[in-house]
Amino acid sequence: MKSTAEKVVAGDIRAVARLIRDIDDGMPEIREVLKEIYPYTGKAYVIGITGAPGAGKSTLVDRMITHLRKEGKTVGVLAVDPTSPFSGGAILGDRIRMQRHSMDEGVFIRSLATRGHFGGLTQSTRGAIDVLDAMGKDFILVETVGVGQDEVEVVKSAHTTIIVVVPGMGDDVQAIKAGILEAGDIFLINKADREGAEKTAGDLRLMIDMDQEKYRKGAWRPPILKAQAVADKGVAELVEEIHNHGRYLFETSDDIKLGKKRVRVREELTDMVEKRILEEVINNITKTAEFDRAVDSIVSGDTDPYTACEELVLPALGLSE
Amino acid sequence: MAQKRKVRIMVAKPGLDGHDRGARIIARAYRDAGFEVIYTGLHQTPEEIVEAAIQEDVDMIGLSSLAGAHKYLFPRVLEILREKGAEDIVVCGGGIFPEEDIAALKKAGIKEIFTPGSSLDEIVKWVEDNIKPR
Amino acid sequence: MSLIFNRKIFEDIEKEHGAWQEKLDRVFEANPERLKRFSTVSDREIKRIYTPEDIRDQDFSDDIGFPGEYPFTRGAQPSMYRGRLWTMRMFAGLGSAYDTNRRFHLLVNQGQTGLSTAFDMPTLMGYDSDSPKARGECGRCGVAIDTLKDMEDLFEGLPIDRITTSMTINPPAAVIWAMYIVMAEKRGIKRDIIGGTIQNDMLKEFIAQKTFMCPPDSSVRIITDTVEYGTLEVPRWNTISISGYHIREAGSTAVQELAFTLADGIAYTQHAIERGLDVDAFAPRFSFFFNSHLDFFEEIAKFRAARRMWARIMKERFRAKDPRSWWLRFHTQTAGCSLTAQQPYNNVVRTALQALAAVLGGTQSLHTNSLDEVLALPTEEAATIALRTQQIIAEESGVTNTIDPLGGSYCVEALTNQLEEEAFEIIRKIDDMGGMLAAIEKNYPQQEIADSAYHYQRLVDEKQKTVVGLNKYVTDEKLKVDILEIDEELERLQIEKTGRIRNERDNSMVEQCLEKVAEACSGSRNVMGPLIEAVRAYATLQEICDVFRNVFGEYRDPGIY
Repeated sequence: MKSTAEKVVAGDIRAVARLIRDIDDGMPEIREVLKEIYPYTGKAYVIGITGAPGAGKSTLVDRMITHLRKEGKTVGVLAVDPTSPFSGGAILGDRIRMQRHSMDEGVFIRSLATRGHFGGLTQSTRGAIDVLDAMGKDFILVETVGVGQDEVEVVKSAHTTIIVVVPGMGDDVQAIKAGILEAGDIFLINKADREGAEKTAGDLRLMIDMDQEKYRKGAWRPPILKAQAVADKGVAELVEEIHNHGRYLFETSDDIKLGKKRVRVREELTDMVEKRILEEVINNITKTAEFDRAVDSIVSGDTDPYTACEELVLPALGLSE
Repeated sequence: MAQKRKVRIMVAKPGLDGHDRGARIIARAYRDAGFEVIYTGLHQTPEEIVEAAIQEDVDMIGLSSLAGAHKYLFPRVLEILREKGAEDIVVCGGGIFPEEDIAALKKAGIKEIFTPGSSLDEIVKWVEDNIKPR
Repeated sequence: MSLIFNRKIFEDIEKEHGAWQEKLDRVFEANPERLKRFSTVSDREIKRIYTPEDIRDQDFSDDIGFPGEYPFTRGAQPSMYRGRLWTMRMFAGLGSAYDTNRRFHLLVNQGQTGLSTAFDMPTLMGYDSDSPKARGECGRCGVAIDTLKDMEDLFEGLPIDRITTSMTINPPAAVIWAMYIVMAEKRGIKRDIIGGTIQNDMLKEFIAQKTFMCPPDSSVRIITDTVEYGTLEVPRWNTISISGYHIREAGSTAVQELAFTLADGIAYTQHAIERGLDVDAFAPRFSFFFNSHLDFFEEIAKFRAARRMWARIMKERFRAKDPRSWWLRFHTQTAGCSLTAQQPYNNVVRTALQALAAVLGGTQSLHTNSLDEVLALPTEEAATIALRTQQIIAEESGVTNTIDPLGGSYCVEALTNQLEEEAFEIIRKIDDMGGMLAAIEKNYPQQEIADSAYHYQRLVDEKQKTVVGLNKYVTDEKLKVDILEIDEELERLQIEKTGRIRNERDNSMVEQCLEKVAEACSGSRNVMGPLIEAVRAYATLQEICDVFRNVFGEYRDPGIY
């Protein structure tokens, strides 16, 4: 019997799919598996695709898959959709636009629900990227949920982040916050046949060019591209720019390459530490007889939840007097 | 953090017919019941449905059909699931079928068939009672 | 101006109405009303009673008038059913061309006055029977047409110079129409003699029925080609049947059906005008196709509102001058989605009521669903009962003795006004988005319909809407109905037949013809000419549709839920 990690590294679809599910469901067993597959990660090129809802991200991803496949590259896709805050359920519909690739063995597509996580991704996205990386996918496309304009968490995990905007959709350039501008390695104006595409491009150019000093020192100047993903127009150029950016990252400057990687590792480790601390502390508190007793006392009216909470938390954190 | 496992369901429309009113309503009802639903859209072949179901690691596939091709398409989905070693994924069907067809489909391994007589609550309840996320 | 009511009468009416209302309130205090809220199947709230107050500003000539006169509220033609009854056009199509041909002969012999063809799914989607995508679907919900040969067999021996033929086909409508034209021509019947309808309404496919092939803009371009060709060459043909039927079946409300259908009509008109055609040259050949659902008065009001709205749109918006451009002629089908598999004989009654609403609404032709249609294609016996239902309404019930008998009903006139007002509001919204193509791209109509469908399903589940035999008066009794089985052999035979034709035809000729089709598609030449040559050379439906797909690209389901 092969271990899960071995199966994943061998590219076993079922094992990959199930491991991502376990990561998504927060199963504690996954830690060992992730440790085991870690040495096999770091080879994939990760692309983040973000932008407002209706910007055509899924269609764009669908077209990007086609172009990357033509180059002979294998592709993994993580498509994030929002979880309903009312029911906790979700309809994950991004896949519909990519479903034509479902029979292609070089493509693996996985839909994920945010499950209350903010930032445009899911808690499990980082882990899922590692799994697709370890299974040997050359490119991993991460499509964020795109609810607002703050969702640029994907930047931390991606080598290249693409910001998709649409002319005249109310998400005018003025509305794009500075953080987003900094996050974008490539700006893509989708549905560029619509009125206002030129103006959107001009406005973007103006804002990006503000920092001339940076570019003089050799920083990457984000290109602004126009596309109509539905008609497969401008997507080849986009893929070309992604390669350019990749070369810039990996060939032209070693510092930048390391810097990017270092940022990613630091962020990742911070996140992991944060999550782990929460998990351990919460388990330490909630999985005790004391906790159950506290619940009973609140129900019976012997105490109130505020007092009970204090009595449970403060000693556990070593803060009680 | 250990959270409860979520039920994941694929709602799929095999074949060429475009009657997706039922499939879309069911997808919403499942969402409103707290499940994660992957909807494949229209005009899917059985092969495409199974491949997607495996990649998405769903617990159940709900097939919807309204143009008479269910007799070929539904069993074909089961057949491919077996070929791929994924027969643990439960398959249900929805649509309007003659009694004899329902019996035959169940015999072929379709776990349950829902017809317009089944209320959304019943359809959701069936999942809650019968589908245990792994 | 000819106001129906003298302003002076309202003072008295209001007083009397108030007194009656008080009395009634006291009654309901003791015994409350049966329901908290009385509403239509579209969940439109209905009042206890309608009075002249509800139509106080109604102008007889401007709003109601006479049948055959602008704004056509009371009927498209002046004579209506006093002159000629509606066309009883039963949709039929099953299995092979031979099988359907036999059914057609039977229907014509029983007195049916128009043919209506249902195609199977592969044909509707532009695939041949031997395509891997067609597996298990050949002949299942209609007839399979792969080549001209199938079209010839389908109409063998039928008097197509005397009866009109309606063909429910959309993405490949131009190809199927070309086959029909060539088939007729080979029997010596000229293009300007044949009459009929192709559905050819792609906008509602993107909105509701989801049978699609190429993207919306290319689809509309092909449709505009057929409109142009029909206007110049096939003058008795209805080139588009602008359909609300499927919008309603997908779960829309009555007013959404009305608004989206007319908005589609506006889009087609706009495109044909942009092509350089005179509105009065093509608009008279547009026909409409509506659903007749369960809610009796709302449906009748819908049909009346549709006529009045279209007349106003054509006259005021498009400046059409020919009265035939103003009038909205429509086919009706009773609501398939209202039928139940439980207690299937109840479906006869539902269908009869819906058919009656269509007739009181002034339909030009009518298909009545068979009681078993919810389960499978109708058996001959079931189809006969459905046809007899129409004949009973036409010749026994007496409702055809006078024209628009419900005209002037406070309730029906008020509902007609209400539907018109709300539908125009939706059309305005679509105009603001940049027209129907833009609205479809934004998924606006799709989303609206999905919401209505879900809302209705919840009402049924909560038993706020009654469906007899389904959520009320349920029995365990399993009533057997005979079901028409499609022979499994059919698929094999059809594949063989098409294979034979591929072998026997002149393949280099086919190649040349397909290239011409591709050229026309890439350029701006009307595709109908090259299509006619291609089908004459026995190019298959899919070979031609593949050319469309290659040139225009394939449209895929955006999956709105």
